[in-house]
Amino acid sequence: MESYELTLKQTIKKIKSGELLPSELTKDYIERIKSVEGDIDALNETEFDSALKKAKDMDEKIKSGKAGALAGVPYILKDNMCTKGLKTTCSSRILGDFVPPYNATVVDKLAEADAVLLAKANMDEFAMGSSTENSAFKKTNNPFDFSRVPGGSSGGSAAAVASKQAAFALGSDTGGSIRQPASYCGVVGMKPTYGVVSRYGLVAFASSLDQIGPLTKTVEDSAIVLNAIAGHDKKDSTSISAEFSDFTEGLDKDIKGMKIGVPKEYFGVGLDSEVKASIDKAIKTFEELGAAVEETSLPTFDYALSAYYIISSAEATSNLSRYDGVKYGYRADEFEDIVDLYKQTRTEGFGDEVKRRIMLGNYVLSSGYYDAYYLKAQKIRTLIKQDFDNLFEKYDLILSPTAPSVAFKAGEKEDPMAMYMIDIYTVPINIAGLPAISIPSGLNTEGMPIGLQLIGKPLSEKTILNAGHRFEQARGDFPLPKL
Amino acid sequence: MRVSEEEVNRIANLSRLKMGEDISQMQKNLEDVLSHFEKLNELDTSNVKPTAHILPVENVYRKDEVVESMDRDLLTDNAPQREDGCYIVPKIVE
Repeated sequence: MESYELTLKQTIKKIKSGELLPSELTKDYIERIKSVEGDIDALNETEFDSALKKAKDMDEKIKSGKAGALAGVPYILKDNMCTKGLKTTCSSRILGDFVPPYNATVVDKLAEADAVLLAKANMDEFAMGSSTENSAFKKTNNPFDFSRVPGGSSGGSAAAVASKQAAFALGSDTGGSIRQPASYCGVVGMKPTYGVVSRYGLVAFASSLDQIGPLTKTVEDSAIVLNAIAGHDKKDSTSISAEFSDFTEGLDKDIKGMKIGVPKEYFGVGLDSEVKASIDKAIKTFEELGAAVEETSLPTFDYALSAYYIISSAEATSNLSRYDGVKYGYRADEFEDIVDLYKQTRTEGFGDEVKRRIMLGNYVLSSGYYDAYYLKAQKIRTLIKQDFDNLFEKYDLILSPTAPSVAFKAGEKEDPMAMYMIDIYTVPINIAGLPAISIPSGLNTEGMPIGLQLIGKPLSEKTILNAGHRFEQARGDFPLPKL
Repeated sequence: MRVSEEEVNRIANLSRLKMGEDISQMQKNLEDVLSHFEKLNELDTSNVKPTAHILPVENVYRKDEVVESMDRDLLTDNAPQREDGCYIVPKIVE
């Protein structure tokens, strides 16, 4: 078996046992990238020289017995996480040549675990989008069907894992940007509870919604990555001060008697019939595993999308005001005065979707509209959180489809509102700060992956991982494309 | 939900963005999305407190002691125009 076919768990085992040398493994992945990347276009920048150097160092370190938990394991990072000395562009022209002077905390943590950074992944510009088509640089293709999108905004990361260009990838999720591309690309994508993973060094989009999380081939793999990246960080004052136990513990626990709620609002008019059929089948699987699955309701479901776009645009417009051509990034060549410098730089440097969200954000925050929109959305946020709290009094987990359909064809969703509707099943989770995972549940008749979403109450990652792992085992193998 | 061209320009100014030929497209986009937001008026939220932040954390402090900051040159290195540790911009005050 080719080394890139292995799961992360298998890879770690073979490295530890000496069967696989880190330098050989990294060379294998570099060859793999060279062979498939032309079709997929998932990566903005590759870091082959530094990767090979780190891998070679790991050859020695493994022998010493002092190597980290992910020693020698190659990974790919979404291009909105700062890497010291390596370009971090957020797939935007305004950061097209930006080289951060520091690492994101997750990058430092993975470096401490001795993982090997292979490349930075393409994404929707500033994480705004659901298809990676908003990248200022290029489109990424879905490995299952090159004419379709990989989802977004972590489309590059998801496509890279699905095309086996790395043992795992990191993405970021503000309204579904890890889970939805995972669903579209047939891989596992997890968004932890808000605050579990440090946001220091993650280029901010919506500060009260953003979270970093893993994209992997299996649920167990995502637990392994979560172990390496979770934890309190002094440099992120929104990170949770709690000790986390081993996320891989208890994956095999019996889920007999686990109570799972399925909100009926997720099965409304927009849901594709084949996706519904796949989720219905998954529900049967959970019942066969002994879980008690029943229909329930999330009454504020219909309001979540609007609340999300108001809150995230408002936070985004504030976060993106730092891009002014003064301290770093792109600066326009011609301008008349300081205000013109800002306007010219930002107009030239930002793409259309980013501009739309900045405008929307300022509109909902502006005097005269603040109460009707932003304040209203924050109140709806309270109601959505309450709804979930009520559900978690009764249920251990909530189950739903991750997205209303499978990956669509590139260029198909031209209307911004149609694109926003894709996030409808994922955004409520970010609003409530909950942990959630997307797991491949099956393929539709066109051979495109369908994703199942499991949602838990805050800090219930182990419950989600346990249920997800048992489901995965019952489901059986989910083959990725033979590229 | 109507958004006048004047309003688009006002918001563009606040956003430090320039609208060109794309102004009518932006106008339409804003109107479409804002119309969708009208749905929120269906819910009575008069007695609901707003949630700004989802975690029950407040005022995360650190000790008030001097610690090493990042190297100033390293940080200003990325600026398009800089001199003596300062950023160069067009004259602001006449």
